[in-house]
Order: sequence, then structure tokens, then C-alpha cells
Amino acid sequence: SIFSQEYQKQIKRTHAKHHTAEAIETYYQRYLNGVMKNAVAPVLLDLANEVDFAPSLMARIVLERFLQEKEQTIPSKTLINSMLRDPSQIPDGVLANQVYQCTVNDCCYGPLVDCIKHAIGHEHEVLLREMLLEKNLSFIAEDQLRAKGYDKTPDFILEVPVAVEGHIIHWIESKASFGDESSHQAYLQDQFWSYWNRFGPGLVIYWYGFIEELDCHRERGILLKDCFPTDIVTLRHSMAQR
Amino acid sequence: CRTPRTSAVVVILVSLSLLQKDFVPFLLNFLREQTSQILTNGPPTPAKTPNSKAHGSQRTGSERRAGHKASLGSFLATPEALPVRRGRRKGSSSVGASGRQVARDLGRSLAEEEDGKSDSGSWSGGRRKRSEVPLVPARSPPSQLNLNNLEEFPPMGAASGWTNKPSRRINPTPVSAERPLSKPKTCFTSTPVSRSPAARWSAGSSLEAFTAAQEGNLSSVISNSLQEEREMLKKERYSLSRGVILNSLVLWFQPGLENLVPNIFLELFFVLQLLTSKGTSTVLVSHVSFPPLDVTERQHFESVHNCVYFAVRVLDYQYEIISHLEKGMLKLLAENERIASFSPTLHKRLRQAYESSTAKVSLLLPCSVQSVSFQPETDNRSNFPSDRAFHIFKKQRDIFYELLREWEDNHEKTGWDFERVLGSKIRAMMAHLSATCNHSHFARLFQKQLIQMCKGPVSGGASWGDTPDQDVLNMLGSDNLSRLKRLQERFVVPQSIRGPCPPPSFPGCQQFFRDFILSAGSYQFNQHLMDSLCLKILELNGLTLVEHEHSDGEADMEEQDEKKRFTVALLSLRLLAKFLGFLVFLPYRTAEQPTRDLQDSALVLRNQTLPVLDILKLLRQSIRDQRSVLTIPWIVEYLSLVDHIAPFLDYYRKVFGLLLLMVLSEEKEMSFLNKLLILAVLGWLFQVPSVPEELFFTTDDRQERFMMDTVTSAQALDFVPLVDQQLLYTCCPYLGELRKLLASFVAGSGGKNGGFIRKITPTAAESLAPKASVTQRKLQVDLEQAFFHNQPPSLRRTVEFVAERVGSNCVKHIKATLVAELVQRAEVMLQDKVKEEDVNHDKLLEEVCTHLYEEGAQALIKGREFCRKKGPEAVRVLLPEETSAAVLSSAENIAVELATERACGWLSANIAALIKREVKATFNRMLKVPGFPLPGEDAPELRRDCTPGCQHCAPFPSQIINEIKDVLCVAVGPREEGEVVDYVWLEGLLGRLSQTLRCRKVKDIKKATKSPFESLWAVLIPVNLLICLNNPTSGLLKLLFSIWKEDFGTSVPVQLIFSKKNMGYLAEAKQQEWDLFLFLLHGLIEHELMRTSEIQSCLHSLEELPWPSVSN
Repeated sequence: SIFSQEYQKQIKRTHAKHHTAEAIETYYQRYLNGVMKNAVAPVLLDLANEVDFAPSLMARIVLERFLQEKEQTIPSKTLINSMLRDPSQIPDGVLANQVYQCTVNDCCYGPLVDCIKHAIGHEHEVLLREMLLEKNLSFIAEDQLRAKGYDKTPDFILEVPVAVEGHIIHWIESKASFGDESSHQAYLQDQFWSYWNRFGPGLVIYWYGFIEELDCHRERGILLKDCFPTDIVTLRHSMAQR
Repeated sequence: CRTPRTSAVVVILVSLSLLQKDFVPFLLNFLREQTSQILTNGPPTPAKTPNSKAHGSQRTGSERRAGHKASLGSFLATPEALPVRRGRRKGSSSVGASGRQVARDLGRSLAEEEDGKSDSGSWSGGRRKRSEVPLVPARSPPSQLNLNNLEEFPPMGAASGWTNKPSRRINPTPVSAERPLSKPKTCFTSTPVSRSPAARWSAGSSLEAFTAAQEGNLSSVISNSLQEEREMLKKERYSLSRGVILNSLVLWFQPGLENLVPNIFLELFFVLQLLTSKGTSTVLVSHVSFPPLDVTERQHFESVHNCVYFAVRVLDYQYEIISHLEKGMLKLLAENERIASFSPTLHKRLRQAYESSTAKVSLLLPCSVQSVSFQPETDNRSNFPSDRAFHIFKKQRDIFYELLREWEDNHEKTGWDFERVLGSKIRAMMAHLSATCNHSHFARLFQKQLIQMCKGPVSGGASWGDTPDQDVLNMLGSDNLSRLKRLQERFVVPQSIRGPCPPPSFPGCQQFFRDFILSAGSYQFNQHLMDSLCLKILELNGLTLVEHEHSDGEADMEEQDEKKRFTVALLSLRLLAKFLGFLVFLPYRTAEQPTRDLQDSALVLRNQTLPVLDILKLLRQSIRDQRSVLTIPWIVEYLSLVDHIAPFLDYYRKVFGLLLLMVLSEEKEMSFLNKLLILAVLGWLFQVPSVPEELFFTTDDRQERFMMDTVTSAQALDFVPLVDQQLLYTCCPYLGELRKLLASFVAGSGGKNGGFIRKITPTAAESLAPKASVTQRKLQVDLEQAFFHNQPPSLRRTVEFVAERVGSNCVKHIKATLVAELVQRAEVMLQDKVKEEDVNHDKLLEEVCTHLYEEGAQALIKGREFCRKKGPEAVRVLLPEETSAAVLSSAENIAVELATERACGWLSANIAALIKREVKATFNRMLKVPGFPLPGEDAPELRRDCTPGCQHCAPFPSQIINEIKDVLCVAVGPREEGEVVDYVWLEGLLGRLSQTLRCRKVKDIKKATKSPFESLWAVLIPVNLLICLNNPTSGLLKLLFSIWKEDFGTSVPVQLIFSKKNMGYLAEAKQQEWDLFLFLLHGLIEHELMRTSEIQSCLHSLEELPWPSVSN
């Protein structure tokens, strides 16, 4: 996870470099020359590795360029994405194979990897759901919240809040990644504070750990953990249950 | 010599309104001027009265007052008193002369004053007016002057008080050069000590003004008391005349007359300043200066002694008010040495008041920012006209809290400027709001957040209360230690005494909201916010208390609830009204008082418009319905923010006039503290800088009659004791200034601007380490609050309502069952025993009752049971059906707990008394006439089972996809040497895939969202194909069919197999694989994964594609 995040950062940094008109043109020409020589050789994949760029992104660049030339218009993002997902839609068989090879061999980008990430995220949500059920904590999940018309929805809202390590929490967000500075800031801005603004204090679980210094909003109501908390105090009804 | 039968004093007293208009301001100013030299403690007490320009501080537009410089004489003397002068000429005793001198000089000064300045027709300006005053015979003294009452006009302590002089008192000093007319000290001794009081009266040579008053039927009591005072004074060889004048001044501070001064607490503050004064020796020079000087130029308060004497007497008169102040204040008064030595009686009463007082005002802790919860009913998409508006508002909400957090973090840092940092962000936000017409939504959020953050008392401005109880400290828990530390720092910071009339301010968090409004500068926003505020104010102002039969003992239980609800409503109202006032008068605010011309033209303009909220109507209603204790405090907040012109508008003149009547009218039946609150807030209002000072003293338009018809309705609040000291001091934190003043005197460092070090009582070290159980308790309380936070507000109301009713019914239930039963048994027991002879009835009763008390303890158990049974039932009926099980159960439990707390709390305290009362009643009758299911367990959610024997240890989908990816990498290439996808690998993978798909966990994933596999068909299908191609056995294919058919559970888009690319793989295949392809097609049909027709159409479309020429 940490590797993946670092790699992504690096890609982001160099992204612009690969997207200049000249770079795109160079890559496309090299691809054309490559497949002319040998259509079954992993031309695109090698090219991506050579210039140190993610293969799926390289495939996307070339595919975009290809379609542009063929259709004389700039292709829509949806179309590109769909073709990346299912290369058999690509009108050129050779390119389809090349693209397929790229997406399959990419460790950080591409539909397969997105899918894996997605799956990991969901798995942790499911794990969290299990644990909540096990602890008998009643919650409303994201899809239910959306159905009710909430504009921002954490993974789980506790119907009856609990206290974790002495802090009251109303919601729990599961993050199947490592909480590093930049991603945490982004999450805070887009998600966590928004949840706080609507539901009050809550808990974020970074299943792959986080930089300890980031857990600085406890007092205000954003608690970070790297596992399901053990110190949970629930609303007791001493008299009522006796 | 005794002709003046009607003294000025009486005349004044009778024409109360005139008196109020002219004399009171004069008196107040006079007192201040007199004492200006001696008061070095605390700030000068402002006297916002028309004549006080000499001393008052914070005033503008002094020209309006300049005209009146009346003198004490104008009120003490009558023209007829002038002949008295002869007495002096005849050389009667100096004492008498003094009195007459007073009159004469007063008359003179009056005459001098008269020329040229009777413009306003005020009485103090001219004698002319006075003749119009009907001279009511002294036979009908006003009832307010309750001089007959020895309690209220007690003899001034035992003489011991005088011999025991305060150490600061300085002995009379010989006359100095600048007082040539004053006589040497021997003057005092020349006062005939042996002369009897009677002789003096008959001589008629002294105290004309006063004796005249007494000759009516101000009964002899007063003369007695005066006589006693005289005796006392004589013993002291003290200036008798001065003493008398002081005493006469004291008269104005009698109980009942507090209605005549604009702000009784301001006067008390002043009196306490006198009490704690620390004179300097220079001012004491005139101590012995005697009659000749113009009386108004003489110093009546030149000595500390006189000041203290005066103060103690006033305090004595105002004992009732004082005794209602908070406990810390009473303590300081009770411990004040000066009071103790000047009036042991008062000292004793204060001591008792202190000991019996429970009115502890505790310093409340600041609350941190909490958000307003998102409520679908008002906040979801359907409340917005468009998606765009909805989404923009989503952002607005986040931005708003971002600003709030930034403010919270930084506003206390030096150099942080609200407008500079947040101004442009706020305006950008406003622009967005305008673009999407979201103002009403934002105004609602803004208002809710305002209430949430600011409704509690703000400790910022008033850090004078008692330190919080140990409980509170413990409850804070370790997390709040830093906050506590900050709090403590505030304790040690020297505090300045700011006087009891601070200008309106926005303390604490209110500052954020005020600055936000200012920075936003948005007309639309302000308008929407005002709408929102008005609505909420009207809603809260309509507070009704639950009507209850005041049956027996439960009343006090309900009183507590009522008090709480009233407090919450009142504080919220005051907050909202303050902001409403701020918004309403904002456009008209000016730094300076506008000139007369500007004012007139503004009045013409503004008289045309109607106010946003008809406070006049609300005020009238509140007086009529006797609910002014709720309405006036918030109207005062609203009015405190008026601009300089508004008070002169016709509309607001009426409002102020009506409020003034509330000060003047004596509503005897109103609960004392309720009345005190109204007096305190109104008193404060009349001192607010933009409220014109003449308002209080010139109330020419009194269209409203003194007595408005009141309607005694069930909604009346004024008679219910709703205000307690805590609320009084929360609403009027400036009352704490009284205490600060006294405390600074004790600390002995009262500088000109106060500045005393607050003593902090050291607490035991362990107190900082919170006790676990207490922290836990606090956490539970917090959790409960948090529970309600995200629920609709109706849930909380329901739970509280149920708790209240069930708790109350529980007590009734216990009475009807357990107590009734016990009483029956007692009856039997008593019947047996009463027949025995020589029984002592009381003793018998006691015996029987003691026997029953033990069983009375059952009440708690039964009460608990009752609540546990009835609470959940009621909650279930009242809450909407769609309430989820967990919420319902928590709500039920909280309701049960609250109800049990109420009921058992009351029962445990009162059950014994209740039993006794009932038994006694029965006994007396006898003597006269001889002869639940537990809260429903939630059904555990049915867990859909996995395949039998599943251990839930299937690999996660992400793992599987990872593996598939690996397979693909090898299959699609580029491959390394010897890399193959072998059968075992594939079989294992498919097995695990099947396992994963069958396990509940994956099913859960599917339930929650789309299955992670679904977006992957395009990848998965070729995998399957590759599998077949690379491993030409039908076994794997069979496995695949079963997975597709059974495990995925959704229809698999197998037609993707027939895509051109996938077929491309086949095209290169060998014959054997074509067989397998046929097997695949058969399989698809067999397993009903595809229909024949579907396959056919797929194959047809394949034919349309350009194919490489077939090689064979």
C-alpha cells in the first residue's frame, strides 16, 4: 500500500511530462513503428517501462491518440475507459492486444488494479460491518444514508453513538490504505470534516496504518485508528437493564 | 416657625411621578458628586441621569443636561421654610441653625438656578412648577414610606458600633485656612448633650424640614428612631446635622423606593463603593466645617465614616434584595467588618442569610464547537430547487465549518484579524448562496449553530463565580485538563472591576457570528437570518409550562423541570433577540450621536416603517398574560442594540415607555427573583449608551396606563418562581461586579481601577486525577447527548416528555398502590393498639410509621419496575414506526432511566414523609369516627448462511483478483522463460474463486454494493477462455460452468466470449481446441447460461467481422 501510494505520487509528478503534445506524438510513432516490426511483441509495455511511466496510462495515451486519428475527434473519457476495461471493443486487434497486455501488467493503475483496490476497500468495510454486528452496535450503512438523501455519507453511522478511548464517535470510515500526510489531508478536506460537520465526531480506521502525528484532531472529533478499537464504551442503562 | 405643615419631603413623596422625574436624578448625582473624592475603589459609578455631567463618565451629548443643576436644597426646602432663618439670626444653637441654613441655602440656590433655564419645565428648574403641585396634607403619607415599620427602619444599631470606630477613620482635624467660616472643633462639645429630645422639638429650632414632615402622622416611631440616633451621635460628639442629613438621604433608599431609580443594582454598587471607601486625609478637613456654607457645596460624605454609615443604612433598607443575591456575595457581606461594627443587627441578618442560602452560582465551563446535525427532512435534495443548489449548499456547509474551525483555532492569537483572514472567503460564500438562492438554508444552519454554541452562559466576560464543584472538575476528565488549565489561568489574572453597567457585547463565540454577519455584508443573508430569528423567537416566546395539578409533594419535582425548560428558553431567546436587534439596527448605526437636525429628519423617514418583529405587541401581550419574566429579558437584549435614533421613533418610544412602567409599577405578587431579574435587566438597559438618558426621567407620553388589564391565564409565568440566582447572574453577569468590589476590599488592594488578585483556594492534588467512575459517568452523559444529536429533535422531546410523565405517574402509582396498602395495614395496627388504654397517640403513630418505613423502601423497587414497564410502552407508541430497533431501544432506555431518576429521586427523599402524612390523616379520621415486559429484545438479524461447512475462511475477492491478474500476466505475456499457466494452478484458482463466491462475506459485499467482479467480466471471461485454451481438458470447463451458473448468482455476460478479440485467440487455435469450443457451446446451452438463439446471433455477428483468410 505504501509502495503503491509513493508510486502514484511519482506518477502524478511526472504526469504532465508525458502529456505534452510532443511526448504523445513520440510515443505514438514509436508504437506504430514497433508493431510494424513485430505485432506480437510487447511494444507498448516495453515503451512504458523504458520511459518510467505506468503501462495502463501509456496505453491510454496511445489509445487516445489512435482514436483521435481514426475518428478525427477527441474521444470521450467514458469510451476510453470502457475500452481499457474491455480491450475487445478496440477496433484495432493489434492495439487491443497491446493495451490488454499493458493493463494486465500494470501494478498500480488500470482497471484490474482499480478493481483490486475497490475490492480491498469493500473487504475492509465488510470486516468492519462484521465487527460492528459482533459488538452489537447498530448502524446505518452508506447506501441507506444515500437513500435518505444525505449529501455526504461515511461508511457507517452509528445509530447509537459510542465512546472510543473516551471520545464520542458518531460515524466510522474505513480506509484500506496507509494514512500518509497528503492522502489524509485530502480525506480530511473532502470527507472527514464534512462528516464531522453533519454528524459530529467520528472514527477513521486506516487498516494499513497511518503516520501517528496525523492523529491530532482527537479533541475536535476525528479519531484515527489502525484497527477496530477495543476500548469501546456504550451507552449503558444500568437501571433499566437491572 | 412651625407653619410649614407640608414639608417638601412629603410633597415630593406624594407626587411620585414628578419626584421620579426630577428629584431622583438629582439625588443620585448629588450622592456621586459628594463622594467623588473619597471613592478610590473601582471605577466611578456612572449615573446616567440628566444632571450628572460632573461625574458620570461615558456620556455623550452633555448639552442636553447642562440646563439643570439643581441642588439638594431644591428638594429639602420650601419657600415657607425661609422664616426659619430668623432663628439663626437670633443665635439659636448651631445645630438648629444648620438645619435652617440648609433650607435657606437651598432656596437661594434654587432661585439662582431658576433664571433662564426652565426650558423643559422640569421641576428642579423652577419654583413656578412647584406651586402647581397639589399640597397634599401630610396626613396621607404614601404607603411606600413605611417608616412605621421598625423592621425596615430600625434604630441604628447599638452604640457599641460607634465606639468601635473603623480604624481608617481619622479624627477631626482643626479647620484649615480655606474654610474660614467653619468653627473650631469645640463646636461639637458645645452641643448641649443633656438636652432632651422633646425640648429640642419644642424649641422648633432644629431640623425644620424634617420635623415638619414628622408632625404629620409619620408616627412617633420615626422620632424615636431619630432620637436614638441622636443619642448615639451625641455620644460620639458627632456632627448631628450631618447625621441627620445622611439619615434623610438614607430615606430614599427604603424598600419600595427601589423602583424610583433607574438601576437599583447600580445604586447598590455605589453604596458598596461607599462601604468599601478608603478616604484620604485631605478630604476630611471639612469634617468639622459647619453651617454657614451653602449646603450644596458642603461635603456630606467627606469622611469614610459618613460613607460607611450611609452605606450600612442603605444596605439595611435593601436587605431583601441583598439577601437574594448569590451566596458568595452574602459571605463577603457577612464577613465585612464595617457592617459588623456599624450595625451588628444587619451583620447578624446577613450571617443568617449566608448560612441558609443555597444560591450558589457556579462558573460554567465553556463548551466546544459542535456541529448542527444533518436532518434529512430539511436538508436532503427534495428541499432544494435543483441539484446544483443542493450540491452548492453541501459545499457551503463544509466551508462554514471550516471558517468556524479556523476562527476557533486562531482568533485568540495576536494579530489575527477576522476580516482580513476570513472576509473574502465569507463573501465568496455569499456570492454562491445568492447564485443558487440558498440563503434560507444557510440562515437556518447559521441560526442553529448560533444557538448550539452560544446558548449557554459565556464565561468569557464574567469570571467571578464560584470555582466549579469538585464533581465538575472530576467530570471534566483528563482530556479537558488543558482547558481547565486555561480556566485556572484566568483565575489568577488580576481582574479589573468594570462596574455594573458594561455596554452590550458579544462575548465568546457570539463574536464569530457577529463578525461573520459584518464581513458577509449581505442584504439577502441578513433578511433571511432575520426571518429565521423572528420565527424562532416567536416559537420560544410561546413557551407554556405543563399544566399540573399542584397536588402534594410532586410539585417540586415538576418545578425543577419547569425551571430548566424556562432557563433554556430564556437564554436562547436572549441570544436570538440580541442578534435580531443587531441586524435590525445595523443599517442605522452611527459612532456618534447624530445632531438634532439629522435626528429629526431621520425620525420623519423612519417613523414610516414597521419593525421586523412587533415587539410592542409582544410586550403588551406578555404584560397582559403575566409572562413578562420571559419576554422582557429578551426584549431588553433586542433593544440594547438600538442605534441612536431608534429610541425616539414613535414605535420604540412606546416600547420604552411601557418598559419604564414595568420598573415603576410594583407588582407585588410577582415572584421576588423574577422581579429582580426584570429590574436588573431593565436597569442595565437604561444605562446602555445609545439609550437616551432622559428616557427614564421624562416619560411624557404615557398613553399606557399604569395598570394594564391583566388576564390570569394558565400561561402566566410571572408568579411561578422560575428565576433563581444562577439564571439571574447568567443573564446579568455584571451583578458579579458587586462581589468583585467587595472581594477587592477584602484583598486590600483596591486601586482606582480595581485590579485585585483573585484568591484561589488550593484543591487537593488528587482532584486533578479524575476518578474513573466519575469520568465514566461523564462519558455516559455525553453519550446520551451524542445519541440525540443526529436524531430528529422530536425524538428528544418525546423521550423527555415520556420521562417526565412516567416519572410523575410513577409517584402517583406508588401512592395509590404501595402507600395505600401500607396505610391500610397501619390502620389495622392502629385500630388494635388504640383500644389499649393510656396510649400516647403521637408515640403510637410514630411507632407504626417506623415499622412501615422499612417497607417504604419497597417504593424504589416498585417505582423502578413501573418506569421500566411504562416507559418503553409510551416511547414505542409515540415514536414513528420506522424508527430502527437500536434507536428505539436506546430511546426507551433513556426514557426509563430519566423517569426512574425522577421518580426514585423524589421517592427516596419523600417516601417516609408521605407515608407518615397519609397514616396520620387516616389515623385522625379514625379517631374522629370510632368505629413489564423488558424492553423487547431485538431479533438478531437473520444471517444468511454460507454453504454448509463454510468456515468463512475463504480468500478475499481482492486476493482472487490478484491471482487472476497474475495468471493473465503470464497468459497475455510477455512471458519469461518456462512460465506457464498449468492445470494445477488454474484448478486451485477456480476452486478458491468458487469458495469465495459461496462465502457469506462476499455475499455481503454484493449486498452492500456491486460485486467487485461485475466490472471485471471483460477480464474474467478471457481468463476462462485462456484457461480452456491452455489446458485442453474438459474438467476445468465443467468447473467453470458450475461457477458461472451456481456461484455468481447473477447472470454472467458469457456472450462476451464471442467478442472479436476473444475469438481471435480461438482463431489461432488448433483443431482439438475447436472441439473444446464446441463443448463450451454445448455446455453454455446445457447450463442455461445462454440460449441457442443467443449463441447463433453472436456467431452471426462474428461472421460480419473481417476475418483473416482461413488457412485451410
